[in-house]
Amino acid sequence: MTSSLSKEKLADLLKKANQLRVFVIEMLSEARSGHTAGSLGMADIFTAFYFHILKHDPKNPTFEDRDRLVLSNGHICPVQYAAMALSGYFPVDELKTLRKIGSRLQGHPHRTSPPGIETTSGPLGEGLSQAIGMALAKKLDSKDFHIYCLTSDGEHDEGNHWEAVMFAGKNKLSSITQVVDRNNIQICGKTEDVMPLEPLSEKYKAFNWAVFEIDGNNIKEFIEAVGKAREILEKPVVIIAKTIPGKGVSFMENDYLWHGKAPTKEEAERALKELNSYMAE
Amino acid sequence: MLNSDLKLNENLFSANVEQKATREGFGEGLSELGERNQNVVVLSADLSESTKAEDFAKKYPNRYFECGVAEQNMVAIAAGLGVSGKIPFVCSYSVFSPGKAWETVRTTIIYNNSNVKIAGHHAGIMTGPDGATHQATEDIASVRAWPGIQIFSPCDAIEAKKATLKSAEIVGPVYLRLSREKIPTITTDQTPFEDIQLFWISKQPKTVIFATGHVLYQALLAARELEEEGINVLVANVAVIKPLNEQKIVEFAKQAGKVVTVEDHQIKGGMGSAIAEVLAKEYPTKMEFVGLKDTFAESGKWPELMLKYGLDSKTIKQAVKKLV
Ligand SMILES: Cc1ncc(C[n+]2csc(CCOP(=O)(O)OP(=O)(O)O)c2C)c(N)n1
Ligand SMILES: [Mg+2]
Repeated sequence: MTSSLSKEKLADLLKKANQLRVFVIEMLSEARSGHTAGSLGMADIFTAFYFHILKHDPKNPTFEDRDRLVLSNGHICPVQYAAMALSGYFPVDELKTLRKIGSRLQGHPHRTSPPGIETTSGPLGEGLSQAIGMALAKKLDSKDFHIYCLTSDGEHDEGNHWEAVMFAGKNKLSSITQVVDRNNIQICGKTEDVMPLEPLSEKYKAFNWAVFEIDGNNIKEFIEAVGKAREILEKPVVIIAKTIPGKGVSFMENDYLWHGKAPTKEEAERALKELNSYMAE
Repeated sequence: MLNSDLKLNENLFSANVEQKATREGFGEGLSELGERNQNVVVLSADLSESTKAEDFAKKYPNRYFECGVAEQNMVAIAAGLGVSGKIPFVCSYSVFSPGKAWETVRTTIIYNNSNVKIAGHHAGIMTGPDGATHQATEDIASVRAWPGIQIFSPCDAIEAKKATLKSAEIVGPVYLRLSREKIPTITTDQTPFEDIQLFWISKQPKTVIFATGHVLYQALLAARELEEEGINVLVANVAVIKPLNEQKIVEFAKQAGKVVTVEDHQIKGGMGSAIAEVLAKEYPTKMEFVGLKDTFAESGKWPELMLKYGLDSKTIKQAVKKLV
């Protein structure tokens, strides 16, 4: 990937991010359950991954040297499914089956369902360890790919996550880039009320990680940060991406009550109207 | 017919029967305990709303401890509280607590004999659309091997409330198995809370169905239809899986001859296995097991999952017919 973006490319990515948000709203209102805030907040980052950053092939999703995208905070999988469908892993129509019986699109992701989903997740705090396992295997086999691990701020409450942070720091695993969805919410409220994390970037530095803090709803800034992260070869890198939960739908933004709630038909209509008005701009 | 001695809900089979989730009964029990007993404390791991600990947290904020998403820490903190004169209830989903924190519970709560009550929510495939990651279907198996723990598995919201109140009277670890969705209320406030009771009785029964948790309702539906077809059965509600009342199991098995067990859990290691352990020794007889057949389930609406994975009344009827 390159970290310089043409104007046209950026405009195209912005359009795609909005399209992912539209899919997320449609999927969740059809499913009548699921996690809205985190899925919307991470739409820009998923766009950047699937349409610019990742070395991947939707038609051959399991080729050996693909970059690995490990989604640790599995509850935001609707936006991953949306990005996969839009990039051609499976038909967009299948998005409607989210959370329904017989569907490949499980409420929380299940490895290879569909192919391209690298790990099973949902239970929090377990993704970074698995990313480390992949990084170790890559090293042993002298393979050429990168591992991106997406985590949430809420899951930083888990001890398991910090055990992994320590291990990656100790072993200087620069083949891992972690992206934290720093949206300041979890189920029971603001993260700083439920279980304060700050100063988060100092914590990572103390664990021997390189740290970037960026605006996670700015695609250009994110892509540039990933570019810089890839140049660091002596430690693992974490990009703390400050995002707005519910981004793009004004009545959902920054409200923790939208963490685990799906929009009703009426709410979905209002949300889609707003998103479609951006599309027209 | 329904056992009239137990004062069960006479409205049970009508369309407008009251529906409530066992987790709601748990929440009511918690709040009542909060008022009754100053030593009752509650911990949750960023799940106070769906575990129904919220009301307690609002009423008794100084006895409610929010742990964040950190189940191992939560159960070990509870263990410390429990050996210090408090009666802690830890509230999360069963897959995480005890599931994720299994060894921590084993050492700090069970082996320590700390007075902790573990409320395991979202048990079984009833959890539905969240998918297999969130459906606890191995918890009975992995918990019942712990020496000394007691396991309560209430069939409806009213029984869940009684089980919650009862658990606080017991000195030592208790596991409360709770489920997510609303189901018909089978018992009434007047129904006694006992470990095993016959909820459905009949003359010259051919089989006894032992059921635990929300699937008891499916067993009662099956019993009613079987009776219309001329097959008489008994249905026993197993509200306490451990310690298992061996005497009653043998008594009912002898009365009916054959045995069917029903649970929203894996067949391997579950309540049915516990009953088989008793009967193999005391009264070997033919059994059928209704439960998950060594498989994970998936996302879906829970009634659909019950059909697909064979936990519904029809499957129970087939199991009975296979034996008689
Ligand atoms: C181990 C574990 N414990 C509890 C949960 C229940 N849970 C699901 S999401 C969540 C909140 C996590 O916060 P975050 O990931 O930051 O949420 P978001 O910002 O996406 O709303 C919790 C506690 C879980 N999935 N896994
Ligand atoms: Mg968050």
